[in-house]
Amino acid sequence: MDNILTRHRNVSILVAVLFAQILGLAVQVKRAGASGEGQDTRLIRVWTVRAVTPFEKSLVWMQSSASGLWHNYFYLRGVRAENRDLKQQIEQMRIEQVRLSEDAEQARRLQLLLDFREKFISKTVAAQVVGTSGSEQSRSVYIDKGRADGVKPDQAVITANGIVGKVLHVYDDHTANVLLVNDQTSGVGVILEKSRLQGILRGTANGELAVEKIMSDETVQPGERVLTSGGDQIFPKGLEVGTVSKVAPGKDSFLDIRLRPAANLSRLEEILVVTKVEDRSPSPSEVAGPVRAVDVLTRRLPSVPDKPPATAKQGAATSGSTTLKPGAPGQSAAVGLKPSTSTGATGTAATTSGAQKQGTGPQLSGETGSSKPVTGSVASTGTTPKASNPLSTNSPQATSGQKQNKDAPPVQTPAAARGTSTQNRPKPTEVKEVPVQAPPNPGAALNTSPNARVPSTSGVKAVSQSGVEVPATVKPAVVQKPATPAAKPPDQSAKPAATQAKPANKAPAEGNPQ
Amino acid sequence: MPILYTSQDQIEVYRFNIPTAIFLPLAALFLQAFVPLRFPGFAMLDLPLLVVIFFGVARRSQVAGLLTGAVIGLLQDSLTHQPIGLYGIAKTVVGYGASSLGVKIDVENIGARFLGSASFYLVHQFIYFVVARGMVQLRLQWSWPHELLAAVINAFVAVFLFAALDRLKQRT
Repeated sequence: MDNILTRHRNVSILVAVLFAQILGLAVQVKRAGASGEGQDTRLIRVWTVRAVTPFEKSLVWMQSSASGLWHNYFYLRGVRAENRDLKQQIEQMRIEQVRLSEDAEQARRLQLLLDFREKFISKTVAAQVVGTSGSEQSRSVYIDKGRADGVKPDQAVITANGIVGKVLHVYDDHTANVLLVNDQTSGVGVILEKSRLQGILRGTANGELAVEKIMSDETVQPGERVLTSGGDQIFPKGLEVGTVSKVAPGKDSFLDIRLRPAANLSRLEEILVVTKVEDRSPSPSEVAGPVRAVDVLTRRLPSVPDKPPATAKQGAATSGSTTLKPGAPGQSAAVGLKPSTSTGATGTAATTSGAQKQGTGPQLSGETGSSKPVTGSVASTGTTPKASNPLSTNSPQATSGQKQNKDAPPVQTPAAARGTSTQNRPKPTEVKEVPVQAPPNPGAALNTSPNARVPSTSGVKAVSQSGVEVPATVKPAVVQKPATPAAKPPDQSAKPAATQAKPANKAPAEGNPQ
Repeated sequence: MPILYTSQDQIEVYRFNIPTAIFLPLAALFLQAFVPLRFPGFAMLDLPLLVVIFFGVARRSQVAGLLTGAVIGLLQDSLTHQPIGLYGIAKTVVGYGASSLGVKIDVENIGARFLGSASFYLVHQFIYFVVARGMVQLRLQWSWPHELLAAVINAFVAVFLFAALDRLKQRT
């Protein structure tokens, strides 16, 4: 033996080193259990058990065979009577089973109704990508945030454009490893935006993204957006993943769908680690769709508080007018205008909200798309002859109101009192179509991403003065500038004001519009 | 120029000073991890593998070659999220093979370096693939076009890299 080892010294060392590494690998690798329910076992245990158990099994088999031979073929006294009793029991249990299955189904439905919750991003940590794994077989990156920043394994990692991956390991206070979604070991639950088909996102050998487990008889079009489904319990629902770039028949009756990632996975620099998600039950009116200014408005209107001091102040300017609250039953949402006091610098969300409130009337009346919407000033609304009927309020009337405003002297509004010059205001006729943009902090930015779901405009209803709900034809995302309307007094020569606008005392939106 | 050695040829064995032997693999690992951040295509290269091949053929000692491959491979494994040993096993074999080959062929020859590096790259990838799929059960896919392209690129870089690293060699 010594002679052989000496003669083949180098080969022996090679075998020894390889054996040591294979052994080390076997200690690390875990093999999924037969049940596949997370009972992972180290490979070295699997190997050892496979070596030992055949002997044990053969012994047990011999013992059970001998026992079975006796009980099944020789010792059969009383079996016939026992068989009869058992049949009766089966009949009774079948009846019971039908009843229980009905109860179980009902309970399941109720539980779904009660516990339907969605996860929303509430806190993120910005991190810098400092390195990669340096291997095409392991697509992961290292970031400069770790335990001290609240980073933990299995937290989602995203950018403003879309998902990136998940935290795999946290090494110390300021280092963590992120597994990218285009790694072959990665898996993300996704849903196609239009077709609502759910699949599993995986990485391919060459770093592409592929959606698996979608049957080949389904129709998927290139260009369709793909979002996270939330089924993996890591990524909140609704985050952008990418767009379908190629669809082809795949293996085993599944489609081979390739994606163009929303985030640039090959050139990552700054990313966001989702360190906190919160459960939130969506309101019944919430349905999928991008955030639009008018959507936020429709949700905010009913909860706008009264501002008695401001009302009194404005009431002087619009004597004889009727005070109406936006969204109040029996009143028109169109005439209850509340100019926002927020400036454009206070944040996009606030700006948008304020601007929406100004444009409530025309938007709900379906005339917002015209070139000159109502600016939300008192005069413009108050002098509108048909302001009492929101559905009849149209753009020309609003325009006439504005014309009157040009002649009217300016009145200092709360916004103006805080130093917002009316001279700095853009022209009220400026109409800009914008989506609701992200608040300053990056975490909130994600809340306005596809995750931030708001009700569709199709469900929006205006309430007429007669108290009858009228389906509103809402023009989407029409926001007027500025967000700081300086209400002007009504022209005394104009007709009596039908409504009174109430300026809000504070910025309506602080942070996330949700 | 003959590529194969005859019995009359004298085989030169080189050695490296300790800083070179330590910092060269570390530098290769660092570059391999950092450069793809700015240049994603750089991930096609396997600088640690080229260093293993270079040390193996220069030292012409099978034990030294396989141990070099094992150490560098294990370090490379530690940067990935996969079980440690995948690169270790592959580079151990490559280190052993490179040092064995260094005894038989003229590794100073550019053609030999190119072919040797390309072949070792393919061997390395094949061993990695077999172990990763068979033992660790990773869902890897073998792509001949990709592997062949990567082999050519690595071999091309190896020719210039080895020429630069030749200056670090010391005759025994």
